[in-house]
Amino acid sequence: MTEATRKSEAPRAEAALLPPVDVFEDAAGITLYADLPGVPKDRLSLQVESDTLTIEGEVALDMPEGMEASHAEVDLPRYRRVFTLSKELDSEKVAAEFNHGVLKLRIPKAEHAQPRRVEIKVA
Amino acid sequence: MMHRTPFSRDLFAELDRLQREMRQAFDLSPSIRGATRGGFPAMNVGGTPASVEIYAFAPGVDPAAIEVQIEKGVLTIAGERKVELPPQDAKAAVHIDERFAGRFRRVVTLPDDIDANAVEAKYRDGVLHISIQRREAARPRRISIQ
Repeated sequence: MTEATRKSEAPRAEAALLPPVDVFEDAAGITLYADLPGVPKDRLSLQVESDTLTIEGEVALDMPEGMEASHAEVDLPRYRRVFTLSKELDSEKVAAEFNHGVLKLRIPKAEHAQPRRVEIKVA
Repeated sequence: MMHRTPFSRDLFAELDRLQREMRQAFDLSPSIRGATRGGFPAMNVGGTPASVEIYAFAPGVDPAAIEVQIEKGVLTIAGERKVELPPQDAKAAVHIDERFAGRFRRVVTLPDDIDANAVEAKYRDGVLHISIQRREAARPRRISIQ
């Protein structure tokens, strides 16, 4: 799995923050964690289109009326990150969990791409 | 055994970090308590005439383990974030490793007019929202003319 180049993103996409991620790979697939604090479940969007995975989320905070920001490190109301999936990943079987602002994705490898142990028979 | 791939950090993550570092280097009024940007949790601060609102972006932290303290007009948020690493025995490669892990502590100087006894803290969607009321006497008041 590699990060997609900018040109694969929708043209003129709205400015968004790049969420930090961890990506691990084991024999059976890839696990991705992304930090998306402030995004409620219903504002998270995951899209797999051919070999492109897009993670998008909109930030919704409880703000009292008339609040004026005096210091903002999270200064855009949106996160977006795009990855290119490699062929051996089974994008139909992506499993997602979203808890306390952390997204966990598990993308298994297609069966034919799973490593197989070859038994050596002793004659 | 867990091993790191030789190209664990991808180019965009590097650029992102570089940009963050640049922004920090050119921040003309850094706080005396250190770098204000790029820390964990990221913080937004705002206010209304009646309250001060602080948002700490701390995803994946057990809310029971976050310590929030106000002392002498300084708000401290401290805790620990445990990051899920692949099990040691699994043959796993770490391709990208950007998320914060470990103990954290951030400090904010509060305005003088806050009431340290009227504080409310909520944790939702990975954001700790602390709302502190301003003292009644300090709020702007409209004086009616008789």
